[in-house]
Amino acid sequence: MALLNVDQLSVTFGGRGRKDSIAVDGVSFTVDQGQVVGLVGESGCGKSVTSLALMGLLPEKGVKVGGRVEFDGQDLLTISRRKLRDMRGSQLAMIFQDPLSSLNPVIPIGIQVTEILQRHRGLKGEAARKEAADLLDRVGIPDPRRRLKEYPHQLSGGMRQRALIAMAVACAPRLLIADEPTTALDVTIQAQILELLKELVDQEGTALLMITHDLGVVAGICDEVNVLYAGRAVESAGRRELFAAPTHPYAHGLLGSIPRLDAPRGEPLRPIRGSINDKIAWADGCAFAPRCDYYTMECLTGTPELTEPRTAGHQVRCVNPVLPKAEVSA
Amino acid sequence: MSLLELDDVKVHFPVKKGVFFDRTVGHVYAVDGISLSVEAGQTYGLVGESGCGKTTLGRAVLRLVDITSGEVVFDGTDLAKLPDEEMRQFRRRLQMVFQDPLGSLNPRQNIESILSEGMAAHGIGTDRADRREKIKAILARVGLPANSLSRYPHEFSGGQRQRIGIARALVLEPDVIICDEPVSALDVSIQAQVINLLEELQESLGLTYLVIAHDLAVVRHISDVIGVMYLGSLVEEAPSDALYAGPKHPYTRALMSAVPVPDPEVEDRRERILLQGDLPSPANPPAGCRFHTRCPWVQEKCALERPVLTDLGDGHKVACHFAAEIENGTIGLTRATGIEAVVGTDKSADVDAAEPVADKVPAAKVPAQKASVEDAVVVAKPVAVEDEVVVETPVAVEAPVAGKSVAEKPADVDTDADVAAENESDEAAAPEEEAVDKAVPEDKAVDKDKAVPEDKPASDEVADAAGTGAGGKTGSA
Repeated sequence: MALLNVDQLSVTFGGRGRKDSIAVDGVSFTVDQGQVVGLVGESGCGKSVTSLALMGLLPEKGVKVGGRVEFDGQDLLTISRRKLRDMRGSQLAMIFQDPLSSLNPVIPIGIQVTEILQRHRGLKGEAARKEAADLLDRVGIPDPRRRLKEYPHQLSGGMRQRALIAMAVACAPRLLIADEPTTALDVTIQAQILELLKELVDQEGTALLMITHDLGVVAGICDEVNVLYAGRAVESAGRRELFAAPTHPYAHGLLGSIPRLDAPRGEPLRPIRGSINDKIAWADGCAFAPRCDYYTMECLTGTPELTEPRTAGHQVRCVNPVLPKAEVSA
Repeated sequence: MSLLELDDVKVHFPVKKGVFFDRTVGHVYAVDGISLSVEAGQTYGLVGESGCGKTTLGRAVLRLVDITSGEVVFDGTDLAKLPDEEMRQFRRRLQMVFQDPLGSLNPRQNIESILSEGMAAHGIGTDRADRREKIKAILARVGLPANSLSRYPHEFSGGQRQRIGIARALVLEPDVIICDEPVSALDVSIQAQVINLLEELQESLGLTYLVIAHDLAVVRHISDVIGVMYLGSLVEEAPSDALYAGPKHPYTRALMSAVPVPDPEVEDRRERILLQGDLPSPANPPAGCRFHTRCPWVQEKCALERPVLTDLGDGHKVACHFAAEIENGTIGLTRATGIEAVVGTDKSADVDAAEPVADKVPAAKVPAQKASVEDAVVVAKPVAVEDEVVVETPVAVEAPVAGKSVAEKPADVDTDADVAAENESDEAAAPEEEAVDKAVPEDKAVDKDKAVPEDKPASDEVADAAGTGAGGKTGSA
């Protein structure tokens, strides 16, 4: 039994007089202790909404959340708000994309960190301050005592993200959700932060759910990868299998459209046609079909199911997957 | 003669203070002496992290910001000294594509109006109908539907908006297009479409590009020559393939090693140079080599003398005193060894003399070194100010490398060294609020605090002073 079991999670935004918009459409995955699972996809694929749904951070009005999210045997979608509040920060924690807007600009870092320690671990006064300084120290912020007194704007981007990570790991959470933790950072800082996250997973056995659009980051850190498109996983596999043999045309296309630092020059990129706006509802067929180079009429009749056309554990939602033969002819 | 040549271009922004009188209290050295040349029909890629001045440089070429000094020679004319009206006319030939496709298009103008505005300003096309024909041709070229003319920017997707931005540049039939982060706001699948479009247009129209981006992989893909910027100056310039095959400047090496590659096999075996800390403020750049505060191979000379961009052959230019030595391995990592030495021989006065240097040492983790990932991250920690931390740092354990390289090193004009030194003598050890953000010039530091060894850390006086400092430290620990 994995630590986190997400089963057929769906999120629908609606409201009076507005057409329902399905952001997440039946996503299932599991995260085990000490494991890094990636959710990858482009903007609008539902990866961030998934993370918000797991943390219970979606607004209650106008949002319908379905499916089951089992964390350590408890269904996070049905437990009381109060209980969830106790778990958030202590057992579940989240790191957001933009560290500046996720920190309160008018409160010093120290107070923001000790707040968590007070709420979940009952630490007060000097004990809390000492623990907070230790936390900042652990995530590699130089001179933590002084930094505790500073405001978010006085810290650099990388340091803010470190402070946010310090807050997230303050209570040694069992599951850490990182939503694009390095997107706002420069590559050299990104490397520092990723190294820090890896270390957390290795040392503490934290389960990490990594949400990102950057396949390079995924290749470096994730054990299992779920590629999302229009609210559904289209391919799930171990990172080695996925990158060695991307089988869904979307995953295949994504990898073909990234310029690689180590690729020989002069090779043209193979972009995916159209944009995410050209999707059809999963209920009618494959949402990716309008952009797909391999689509057949079969793609437009009924929802494709997850199958394992290649190896066990490598799931693909496609009726006409990119198999070795097709790769050659493409 | 290259089509576009920059010679020692500087853009300094004054920092003003005061309510009634704008006193200039300093400058932000955004671009500080850049020379480069872009050949006709080629693509020059400028890479660097945020805050390195790459965007400012791009804007300076078009004189969208004032150039403090230097020359921008385009096709034989120095743009830096042109009167405004003549510059305006020149802008037809030099166009720009901006990063944020939505922010750079007026939401209240339809596409036809956006695209024809520049044409009218530069007298292209005889009348409206004529212009419309031209615009239609360009729209087809950039892959937008012909019915876009009467639509507004919000009706388009991100990739299409960027195409509009490109079309806006193209209608003026420019020679050079400056692309400032042309794809960084777009999703990867769309990025590839826009990159391919840019390449296609270059081929068919013979355009010259100056591409500014932070994504090394994108820049490498489209550029013929790449310039790497750090804190307002070029640290390395080379043909794209040469730069990838053999980066010579320590910063380029670190940058390249940090770019994630979408391939687990590559990711698992590549060596990574983790830089410590952040980019220093361009308002107060370090003396000497701008990179010396973060460089894993830093040497004595680096803090004193600013290296110039020198050609090592085949157009591979590097601004580093020790590029050759680093490449053939005669210089070892100075930062990592430094800290090990200090902690290992904590009580000896000799090494203590070098303490301030060592304090700021925690720099890089390179896989070759035996420190594991965890250790490196720990090393990277706050050795600077809190005294106990220095002594307690877990790195103490693996200390065998003695401090001979360290002892010979001068006190770099480094912020951390400075802070550390101050704390050692100030009994209160009150942290200086600003100290870390501002590099205090060396001489000043020495005045303030004798404990900072200057050139010969082994001299008695200095050793004594530092010894006292260290004594206090041991006590506190």
